[in-house]
Amino acid sequence: MKVTTETVDYVAALARLSFHGDEKEKMAAQLQGILSYMEKLDALDTEAVKPLEHLENAVNVFREDEVRDSFPREEILRNAPRRDTRAFKVPGIME
Amino acid sequence: MDIAGMDMTTAGSLLRDRKISVSELAGEYIKNIREKDPSIGAYLHVCESKTREDIQKAQDMIDRGEASPLAGIPYALKDNICTRGIETTCASRILKGFLPPYNATVADRLDAAGGVLLGKLNMDEFAMGGSTENSAFGITRNPHDKSRVPGGSSGGSAAAVAASMALFTLGSDTGGSIRQPASFCGVTGLKPTYGRVSRYGLVAFASSLDQIGPLGKTVRDCALVMEAIAGHDPMDSTSAAGKDACFTGELEQGIKGMRIAVPREYLAEGISPGVREKVLEGLDMLASMGAVWEEVELKLHDAAISAYYIISSAEASSNLARYDGIKYGFRSDNARDLAELYSKTRNEGFGEEVKRRIMLGTYVLSSGYYDAYYIKALKIRSLIKEEFDTVLGKYDLIAGPTTPTTAFGIGEKTGNPLEMYLGDVYTVSVNIAGLPAVSLPCGTDTSGLPVGFQLIGRAFDEKTLLRCARALEKAREVLP
Repeated sequence: MKVTTETVDYVAALARLSFHGDEKEKMAAQLQGILSYMEKLDALDTEAVKPLEHLENAVNVFREDEVRDSFPREEILRNAPRRDTRAFKVPGIME
Repeated sequence: MDIAGMDMTTAGSLLRDRKISVSELAGEYIKNIREKDPSIGAYLHVCESKTREDIQKAQDMIDRGEASPLAGIPYALKDNICTRGIETTCASRILKGFLPPYNATVADRLDAAGGVLLGKLNMDEFAMGGSTENSAFGITRNPHDKSRVPGGSSGGSAAAVAASMALFTLGSDTGGSIRQPASFCGVTGLKPTYGRVSRYGLVAFASSLDQIGPLGKTVRDCALVMEAIAGHDPMDSTSAAGKDACFTGELEQGIKGMRIAVPREYLAEGISPGVREKVLEGLDMLASMGAVWEEVELKLHDAAISAYYIISSAEASSNLARYDGIKYGFRSDNARDLAELYSKTRNEGFGEEVKRRIMLGTYVLSSGYYDAYYIKALKIRSLIKEEFDTVLGKYDLIAGPTTPTTAFGIGEKTGNPLEMYLGDVYTVSVNIAGLPAVSLPCGTDTSGLPVGFQLIGRAFDEKTLLRCARALEKAREVLP
């Protein structure tokens, strides 16, 4: 599995990160090193094995669909980097 | 008053017998923080008004005769546990200044028990790391040797207990983050069975692996904290219902006839001589108290680190997608449009290790690699859990070292991420299998650095786990 700077660009775009110059090569090398180490998993035969998705046997845990108190608006806006009186402020998406 | 040797049981009696007040006891710890923390760096935030409120509340509880074992006991929380109105940063720039609008369930339970919150503790950013060197706000030093790391990611939690700057702390453990720092700092740390303790209010790293747990000076202290924090929580759909709430009941019952498995892989190469010597000594002590130990084989031992880093990074890449600069936390000033807002915020807000793990996680979940890595890792997870369950069907516990070495030097491993990851070799499989495990001190190496002994138990069988830990602790107490 060869990790190139193109791979880094592709994955970074998915992760909403970005790397520049030397950082790209460094990240590619580090990812390559880690992924190469993980190749040892290929030696294990898992053909007939079911992936473990949940540790316990719990099935969907639901509650009744009843309206409950949530948080007051001010509480939720308190940590907003940018806000007006009633909402979060975000950059425009459409022209 | 000498608080260095004090545990919760002693402190609790002194408080209930009115020999000291809650305020006096807390005062001793606050004094210690003031004197020692400038050279250790365990605390990110020391509370003031909250501590005063808690002191008042606890003293009232004691005066009314309603005291629980935790009433008046000074504690601190790892900074990835949400505390209403008190800064919670996960040691990340991206959450600097964040004031949670709610309390984690564990924080509520400790409040209800009358604990006295002293502050929030340093950690590796978003719990990713094994040395607390990945904190955006400075390192924490090992109280036993300040040129060395306290371990991570709950480095602040372990150092605070070791230096008597809190009587107990809470940490979180995803791949060893309670046990490894406990081992490096010479304190006791417990990772409960997955589902024992609510994760509501624990900032998520890897949701199928994370658990909150106590660090303290003794096994009993950890057990007492568990009684306060464990139990089903409707706010965490992965928390287990109907489980026995008592953790202290069998502590002193001894270990006659207990069957302990020691994987030969745990004592093979890569482990330092000082650690090997002390662990073998510990096993001898357990045998002298009537337990029987035998070597077993864990064929999948070698696969655990890979499976762990694939699964935890994949889950982390999903959990950390929420940090986008919109609703809370840091937002970059340099963005020209929405796409740049996201990438610049995350680039500027996240540290290197966090970015590395997000990249790894995103890669293994991406189209074309998902089956080869993520699904493969989940299949390995299934096999690892099955292997542990088989061994624990024949034995009561699995024992071995917590870490392959004692605390390493600050800066020694920061150049090579993979080398840092390999230090987790004895701890990660426990999270993969969802089992409980405890690390307790079992002596020091020739440099005087603490060695940690790890015990792994059956799911929801913390009673047996802690009973054996207590026996080893007792045996060590009588050593010269």
